Amino acid sequence: MLEGAINVLTDEVGPGANSPGGQGNGTTNPLRTGGNLVQLISPAGERINHPEFDVWIKDVSDYQLLSLYEDMVVIRRIDTEATALQRQGELALWPPLLGQEASQIGSVRAIRSDDFIFPSYRESGVAYCRGAELGEIIRPWRGNALYGWDPHRINMATPQIVIGSQTLHATGYAMGIQNDGADIVAFSYLGDGATSEGDVNEAMVFAASYQVPLVFFCQNNHWAISEPVRLQSRVQLADRATGFGIPSMRVDGNDVLAVMAASRIGLDRARKGGGPTFIEAVTYRMGPHTTADDPTRYRDANELEDWAAKDPIVRLKSLLSVKGLLGEEAQASVQAKADSVARELRDACATMPDPAPLDVFNHVYSTPHSWIDHQKDHYSRYLASFGGSSQEGAL
Amino acid sequence: MSQLTFARALNAGLRKSLENDPKVILMGEDIGTLGGVFRITDGLQKDFGKHRVVDTPLAESGIIGTAVGLAYRGYRPVCEIQFDGFIYPAFDQIVSQMAKLHYRTMGRVKMPITIRVPFGGGIGSPEHHSESPEAYFTHTSGLRVVSVSNPQDAYTMIQQAIASDDPVLFFEPKRRYHDKGDVDEAKDLAQALSMEKARVVTEGKDVTLVAYGPLVKTAKDAAIAAADEGVAIEVIDLRSLAPIDFPVLEASVRKTGRLVITHEASQSGGLGAEIAASITERCFNYLEASPVRVTGFDVPYPYSKLEMHHLPDLDRILDGVDRTLGRPNSLSGLEG
Repeated sequence: MLEGAINVLTDEVGPGANSPGGQGNGTTNPLRTGGNLVQLISPAGERINHPEFDVWIKDVSDYQLLSLYEDMVVIRRIDTEATALQRQGELALWPPLLGQEASQIGSVRAIRSDDFIFPSYRESGVAYCRGAELGEIIRPWRGNALYGWDPHRINMATPQIVIGSQTLHATGYAMGIQNDGADIVAFSYLGDGATSEGDVNEAMVFAASYQVPLVFFCQNNHWAISEPVRLQSRVQLADRATGFGIPSMRVDGNDVLAVMAASRIGLDRARKGGGPTFIEAVTYRMGPHTTADDPTRYRDANELEDWAAKDPIVRLKSLLSVKGLLGEEAQASVQAKADSVARELRDACATMPDPAPLDVFNHVYSTPHSWIDHQKDHYSRYLASFGGSSQEGAL
Repeated sequence: MSQLTFARALNAGLRKSLENDPKVILMGEDIGTLGGVFRITDGLQKDFGKHRVVDTPLAESGIIGTAVGLAYRGYRPVCEIQFDGFIYPAFDQIVSQMAKLHYRTMGRVKMPITIRVPFGGGIGSPEHHSESPEAYFTHTSGLRVVSVSNPQDAYTMIQQAIASDDPVLFFEPKRRYHDKGDVDEAKDLAQALSMEKARVVTEGKDVTLVAYGPLVKTAKDAAIAAADEGVAIEVIDLRSLAPIDFPVLEASVRKTGRLVITHEASQSGGLGAEIAASITERCFNYLEASPVRVTGFDVPYPYSKLEMHHLPDLDRILDGVDRTLGRPNSLSGLEG
């Protein structure tokens, strides 16, 4: 019974996806804009006109389109290199972003530098574009610290591992923006699995009640480790938001222009006092959940093939090629940039200083704390009993 | 100096914090228009506005999670959890986020959040309204945990908690809300005793009796009763539950050689265990008897007609005192 019931949701993307099927057809929901699935670049690389969304990306020049392509190639290269570093034992773990490049680049390139981002743990590409150093991006995955970048330097919180928690932080941050009367926006990433979490639902209640300047950007990559999105929701995720009174859109998350347009719509609405927006970017996690995962245990190879045909980079490359923007020289330049970033990443990993033993006690509190001081003193004596050099590190 | 109830003293302390720092924001269920179910925030929304004193949706995780976001933005949120038993939906945001963010970011992000929790029993309430969950939080690194026992401390310590750059769990003994006491509202916060310090409230040479929150009054009454029998109990109001001010406890135990700890919370894995173990480690050679705990039982908080059996009272505390003194007591003949 349950098996039949949860199959109500259709979650296909691409040709045919605009036909009504399953619940939550956007055309009947006044808070849903853009139709069932907004697509501005087809998987074959054709530009599809969509008057409502086109106006939001009409300023994107050929040069900028090429730049988006370069971003996507570079973050895929970062992902490949980091995955290799994990396989070589240099990183303890890595959450690949393969397949989600358009979702990450299309959104982050729409966000202003003074807006504040609350990511999950997979937004390494977002962090890179935000100005995080490569060593900072991999530092927590190497185990050298629990965080990478200074959130206040790049206006982006550290990766959030507890699923969905960051949506409440983003909502609170947006409440603060509202109090300050600032024209900035909080932008929260989340995944399809997160939509089942209580915190995400509470975040939507708070955000809607206070009408805060916030964008919920949900990358529906179809899999929460081994659980398919249909286990999380009987309706399209974008329709969940409208139940809270939050306007939503459902866009092709492998289409960098559709993602950028939707992000700009949400950001603009928030900046003008129009409250929160929920964006469902329909994409696909082509790799494992993390390097510790084995997706062959729970999904078909056919499914992966279907999605490979909708690859976000391939389709943009086709579009650029047709426009005559991606000749050999341009392609070589993009590749050179990606290779250079990969080398830099590897170097950053190799030269990262290890923390010192007594660093374990640092920063638990902002001011001295008698219990910590007591334990640090005792452990320091213990370490000193073996002789040797200073146990204090640079962190 | 004025006579204020515990509740009014808290209200005055919150008002002072709101006046002194525009980044202070109060948030919680029913705290605005209604002034809180215990009226602790009475009148504050009227005077400071809906953006400083915020009525929130009924979602405890949402309250703490959004407070974390506000702290990211530079605010200093003060959250009210309506009753002790309703804090658990917020547990994850408290333990995994608020408590850890400073450590996670190596100090780049501060979490100056105060969570006010009316706690403890003795008011004849239905389930979930009389709990003492403090040990969950004293066991969590990154939090500071305090409990107040009198109107003056309520007034000063709420301001100290709000001014702290670390997150503070602030436990208020709800059954003492209507007790009156002297409050010096002109007292300079910098001159007031730090909320991290324990205080000897009754001096004595025979037994050290450690209490906090609602049981400080009971402990003081026990000391008065014991004095009639020639036993001088030294009562210590712990005030800070994490970290515990062990030097004050050590000094007392070195003098008395005997230690009794009392709290409403269940016994096993509780604060009494931590204090007994730590004091035993620190001043074993001064102890004349093993430390004794007089606490709530290891049961869910019971129905109100039985709560007087669960809650330590004057007589049970004195029975514990007798145990440390080797005087006849309820367990005479049972223990070594």
